Amino acid sequence: MKLDAKIPEGPIQDKWANHKMAMKLVNPANKRKYKVIIIGSGLAGASAAATMGELGYNVDCFCFQDSPRRAHSIAAQGGINAAKNYPGDGDSIYRLFYDTVKGGDFRSREANVYRLAEISNQIIDHCVAQGVPFAREYGGLLANRSFGGAQVSRTFYARGQTGQQLLIGAYQALSRQIAAGTVQMHTRSEMLDVVVDDNTAKGVIVRNLVTGQIESHAADAVVLATGGYGNVFYLSTNAMGCNVTAAYRAYKKGAGFANPCYTQIHPTCIPVSGEHQSKLTLMSESLRNDGRVWVPKELGDKRKPDEIPENERDYYLERKYPSFGNLAPRDIASRSAKEVCDEGRGVGNTGLGVYLDFRDAISRLGEDTISARYGNLFDMYERITAENPYQNPMRIYPAVHYTMGGLWVDYNLMSTIQGLYVIGEANFSDHGANRLGASALMQGLADGYFVLPQTIADYLASLGSDHQRTPIEDQAFVDAEEAVKSQVNTLLNINGRRTVDSFHKELGRIMWENCGMSRTKSGLETAIEEIPRLRQEFWNDVKVNGTADNLNMSLEKAGRVADFLEFGELMCRDALAREESAGGHFRAEHQTSEGEALRNDDDFCHAAVWEYTADDEAPVRHREELDFENIKLATRSYK
Amino acid sequence: MATYKVKIWRQSGPNANGHMERHIVKGIDGDMSFLEMLDHLNEDLEEQGKEPVAFDHDCREGICGACSLVINGQAHGPETTTTCQLHMRSFEEHNVSEIDIEPFRATAFPIIKDCVVDRSGFDRVIQSGGFVSVNTGNAPDANANAIPKPEADTAFDAAACIGCGACVAACKNASAMLFVSAKVSHLAHLPQGDAERRERVHSMVNTMDKEGFGSCTNYGECEAACPKSISTDNIATLNREFIRSKVGPTT
Ligand SMILES: Cc1cc2nc3c(=O)[nH]c(=O)nc-3n(C[C@H](O)[C@H](O)[C@H](O)COP(=O)(O)OP(=O)(O)OC[C@H]3O[C@@H](n4cnc5c(N)ncnc54)[C@H](O)[C@@H]3O)c2cc1C
Ligand code: SF4
Ligand code: FES
Repeated sequence: MKLDAKIPEGPIQDKWANHKMAMKLVNPANKRKYKVIIIGSGLAGASAAATMGELGYNVDCFCFQDSPRRAHSIAAQGGINAAKNYPGDGDSIYRLFYDTVKGGDFRSREANVYRLAEISNQIIDHCVAQGVPFAREYGGLLANRSFGGAQVSRTFYARGQTGQQLLIGAYQALSRQIAAGTVQMHTRSEMLDVVVDDNTAKGVIVRNLVTGQIESHAADAVVLATGGYGNVFYLSTNAMGCNVTAAYRAYKKGAGFANPCYTQIHPTCIPVSGEHQSKLTLMSESLRNDGRVWVPKELGDKRKPDEIPENERDYYLERKYPSFGNLAPRDIASRSAKEVCDEGRGVGNTGLGVYLDFRDAISRLGEDTISARYGNLFDMYERITAENPYQNPMRIYPAVHYTMGGLWVDYNLMSTIQGLYVIGEANFSDHGANRLGASALMQGLADGYFVLPQTIADYLASLGSDHQRTPIEDQAFVDAEEAVKSQVNTLLNINGRRTVDSFHKELGRIMWENCGMSRTKSGLETAIEEIPRLRQEFWNDVKVNGTADNLNMSLEKAGRVADFLEFGELMCRDALAREESAGGHFRAEHQTSEGEALRNDDDFCHAAVWEYTADDEAPVRHREELDFENIKLATRSYK
Repeated sequence: MATYKVKIWRQSGPNANGHMERHIVKGIDGDMSFLEMLDHLNEDLEEQGKEPVAFDHDCREGICGACSLVINGQAHGPETTTTCQLHMRSFEEHNVSEIDIEPFRATAFPIIKDCVVDRSGFDRVIQSGGFVSVNTGNAPDANANAIPKPEADTAFDAAACIGCGACVAACKNASAMLFVSAKVSHLAHLPQGDAERRERVHSMVNTMDKEGFGSCTNYGECEAACPKSISTDNIATLNREFIRSKVGPTT
């Protein structure tokens, strides 16, 4: 596997501009002739499909929900970053770049991050032009807030519904192209394989989820915008349908998978309430701007929070990280919560919780101000827990939230398969080992609106004037379709005793215990033994009811869990091989005497890229070395 | 732990006859969400080798608009929220132990299977004009236009619609007026939406009619069922936009 990141020459601030000039263009009259398939209609997919349609390409877009508007991006709450510096607090493209590289614990590619920061401002301009109703000040100008470990206010937001408003903006742009006939939208359709011939993407195999029909679709380029894989843990803040299938099947067809072990555990989620739990709910990190995190100083203190006097409370983030305090980055805040709970100082029935307390903010600013800032979040909390957070502190606990790992892409966002592009959370590109708050929306939209439509043109133009699309009658399509059909039939015919969900839960438990917030060599080795066993049991004993020829949600889930059962092992292998702690990847063997993450820049200043070999054979680990030419490698400190 | 007598709609396909199927669901904790109660029922069915009940859901956070059940006669059930944000304590507290569950019913929302319906009519309404025609490119600086906060807030209130369709399911006429008016109103309150306001309202209303949604006769059931509290004031805005687009200047 050859990894050429194709980073353009020149000073960092000129790379993207130079590259845009150097890339080939597709003649406007020819754009219509190129068919591009985009899998996914979240922020990344919808923005890409809309823009490609506007440019005149012939686009087919797919999603598994009943409408593109329901992609998981809709759930993002807190905001989107941009280097506008409207508040005049010293922000700049360079500072956003710097913060993102540092926040990612020096495990991302400088050139990509710089481009992201550079594009961030255009995103806001475009979204406002679409009618996205960002929060405004009384003077009518846009409002900003500080968010997730940033010391400047660079986050644009739309109440607690930023993802919804941005996605609806992209969905409306997409709808306009659907009406114009440039984009054909296929809803309730699940991609089950990419068709690859001669290491080049030729199209996809899709199952129509309503009729059960397995269909082949040919294209000149394929784009995966299929989101993250946090649901490998069963419980996460992701929507129920989020999965790794598209990315994983591309991996099995030859796309390198980068840094699968980099997972973000978000510090502020509502704790698990019982066995029945089907998903976890995020409480936006913006709450940490006004809420103070604490636990009792005493082990096993069972008093009610308001009975615990001030001097018996441990505001541990403020104590440990005086300059960032409650705003310490996610990985650090999560690990600190786990630490105090492991010590036995956790709160709530399960002991797996810490307080997020608004008492001081309410007495300083008044309940009205707090309600204006966070009212919908407080309501949501009360609805789920039946507790009033104006009167009692919230209880929160970390939960799986985001996956920084993903398919490896070069600077053009192309994977190791020619003509297969990967955008949004599905790729690995910009966040290194830890993503900063409000940066995923920025990245999804940067990729979809501004990067991919430019870089893909260079590829399409390079195909040459005599290029012919591979027809779906080609053997490569026939074989791929056969394989997909055969897997569907196998799943329906095992007729075992255990439900799909029971396997998913068990996998989730193995992953959370061994590949969660803190990882050890022995834990990972155990998981690498347990997962194949569970996988074998799945293929012998799973029970999938119903038939293949209509809407069958158990069958859909079974396919996704089957892929998670392979992918989970890959994550553990990656975590085991990375003998250091970096960002969201914390190896207990590698920490400072104060319990902070200890990187190993000599041996691990690279992205690990996994190449599939064969089922039940160990994959091969490749590396892309990361050079830090602009920002000096330093120990991340938030003290 | 409570036990519920559940009657739920089963229909094997779009053209099949449907019926209510009875189940006893045991071991339900008040902290469980309504959909977790259904997961529990489905797990039981699967273990017995039966097909689970199909229903739409995804985010389970009240924002994607996928979940869509009529519960004891009310779209999204007894509270002002989505089906997925309803918790079993709401039944426990009111000593309700019998629960009837049906899909969102409307001519324009044909049933696909069990409680899953086809709401793509909503997408086609948006495709007919629910957008601002701006290509990705060089938009002016985001702060070039100040928008008075009250206007921005009104636009936001309308933009909060999640496209779930409860308004249609609750309306005797199966009208989509609340949904359509929310989009018209969101864009009518912003300068960006100004240039196309005339055509927008026309083509969205036309498409709504073509899709088979009923007409609005001001019952107001839509607002009561809406999980995002979208106000019927938006319908007044839509009507005003509609009249204005026929007779007068657009501003
Ligand atoms: C609760 C929550 C809050 C968040 N808040 C913030 C925030 O405030 N700020 C921020 O920057 N980020 C936030 N994030 C992260 C951010 O929302 C996501 O990373 C981002 O939206 C992902 O966008 P995407 O377009 O890559 O993927 P998604 O939005 O997940 O879209 C994936 C698309 O792919 C489709 N798809 C997937 N697999 C297939 C398949 N096999 N076949 C066909 N279609 C398929 C789906 O149908 C969907 O359309 C949050 C995340 C969560 C979970
Ligand atoms: S107006 Fe309310 S009920 Fe109707 S689709 Fe929108 S959110 Fe749902
Ligand atoms: S499942 Fe998303 S709103 Fe209910």
